[in-house]
Amino acid sequence: MQMWQKLIIVAALTTLIVMAGTIVFFNNFAKRRLIISTTTSLYDTGLLEAVEKDYEAKHPSVDVNIISAGTGIAIEHAKNGDADLILVHSPVQEKIFLEENWGVNRKIIAYNYFTIIGPQADPAEISGKTANEVLDRIVAYGDSLADQSGQTKIWISRGDNSGTHAKEKSLWTAAGYDYAVISAKPWYANVGSGMGHTLNVANQLSVYTIADIGTYLKFYSEGTISLPSLVTEEESLLNVYSVMAVNPDMHKHVNYDDAMNFIAYLASPETQQFIGNYGKSDYGQSLFYGTVQPLKDKAPQPIVGWIQSAAFIEGSECPPQYRNGSAELYG
Amino acid sequence: MTGILDGIIEALELIITGDPVLYGAVFNSLFFSGVAVILAALWGLPIAMLLALKNFRGKTVIQTFFNSLIGVPTVALGLFLFLIFSREGLFGFLGLIYTPAVVIIGQAVLITPIIISIATTALEAVDPEIINLARTLGASESQASIAVMKEATNGLLLSGVASFNRAIAELGVVLIVGGNIVGLTDVLTTAIAQHTAIGNLGLAIALGIILMVIVFSINAFIVLARKIKTLFYGLNIPIFNLEGKNHENSL
Repeated sequence: MQMWQKLIIVAALTTLIVMAGTIVFFNNFAKRRLIISTTTSLYDTGLLEAVEKDYEAKHPSVDVNIISAGTGIAIEHAKNGDADLILVHSPVQEKIFLEENWGVNRKIIAYNYFTIIGPQADPAEISGKTANEVLDRIVAYGDSLADQSGQTKIWISRGDNSGTHAKEKSLWTAAGYDYAVISAKPWYANVGSGMGHTLNVANQLSVYTIADIGTYLKFYSEGTISLPSLVTEEESLLNVYSVMAVNPDMHKHVNYDDAMNFIAYLASPETQQFIGNYGKSDYGQSLFYGTVQPLKDKAPQPIVGWIQSAAFIEGSECPPQYRNGSAELYG
Repeated sequence: MTGILDGIIEALELIITGDPVLYGAVFNSLFFSGVAVILAALWGLPIAMLLALKNFRGKTVIQTFFNSLIGVPTVALGLFLFLIFSREGLFGFLGLIYTPAVVIIGQAVLITPIIISIATTALEAVDPEIINLARTLGASESQASIAVMKEATNGLLLSGVASFNRAIAELGVVLIVGGNIVGLTDVLTTAIAQHTAIGNLGLAIALGIILMVIVFSINAFIVLARKIKTLFYGLNIPIFNLEGKNHENSL
């Protein structure tokens, strides 16, 4: 046998050993992996990292692995079976996800608001207006610009199929615009990435964008960005976060037990309080609010009513056919 | 501007105090890229030997193929590997997606063409008389190959270093198939991207400094090795024998 042939055999064996070693390690010796694919806002604010630490301290045999990608990609991960659990904020996409049987046991765990931010000088005069008026004024201002060559941008979009992007699209539709027309306007820019990156770009270019209030407040109070928030909280800007486990009937290998345990943990009063208090001391206000107790108490109104109309599916946070025998979660 | 200054100060603090997230990413980077180079060398060397020492039909085609693979965008390779290793993919049943193994394999695949290309050139540069000489002296085929490899040591080392640099500076593959999971598959490049995006400038700068230090030290080592080689030229230590000369002595 020639030298290069021997070497090829050695190379093939080494490769096999590396792969086999990893498989054996993760199946037998490592902690149980719980892979969470999440919207960027929960991760970029630091909330999920704090929750992960707390959960791992209470469940030492579980290793929580977080992949922060945005709602659209999180749902794709779940469909591929590459995640055990997803944390997302796009009720329309979640409904389809459940209906296609990819996910089970949806639980609404938190809410906050989207906000629209922009330059201090506010050339489009959107300050204090409702979302519909804001978009009208953005369009009027954009169309009135002298430079329509595409060099001057005034609005930045996530453009990544995330929950925030879905919200932006639905706001344009609600305001009576065709999103395809709007997104083709020369003053409309699309960055195709996470909330943090989008905020940085908006700040550098000093333009308008929509952001979840959690990520925005973290960036603003730490001085990373200086664009002020120009609108106030209102129903159309409500932002509702949900958790879902990947359906074990669709992907046999998923870590369903730990996923369900994690969902119950998120919905527990202690974690709900933890979520509600997160960031209060650093940012002067809560970044997120727990939903489990308000939904149970049907108070405070009108927020509970807003959550129900924005994020309920068939009148429930998770219709019975998608509960996979975990009725106690919805008691 | 003050933000950037604060970031640099915070970065130095993190480096000095031994921040666990920072050094976790440093360790992962060195470990993944190091193992990837070893794997890629194991794959690449036999192919390089074949290309350098044998003549067969289609040799130029294969050589051109590997040379053009050097320029493949890492994100494209990342996507390709994701499609293969995702649970729905061809090797999905292995469950390797988002593990260090798939990052290492991905980086190894990425740098194999570099190793092959540089190593082939190095092996080709060895005087063909060497192999004949070895044979006449009664060396077996394997012994003759080893003699050629010894002559090309410097070129082979260079291929390893160049590919290590490429692996450690790479973002696309490790981000897509590794998922940037903190403490598991986060490396210097993915952590820089993540922490820049979420406004942790201090940590991002610290990571950047360390990445630069690693890459510069490796290149400095190469330059230094060449300098030492000229110093000790008379001693003819094969490892510093860049031009593959003096083979009569080293045989």
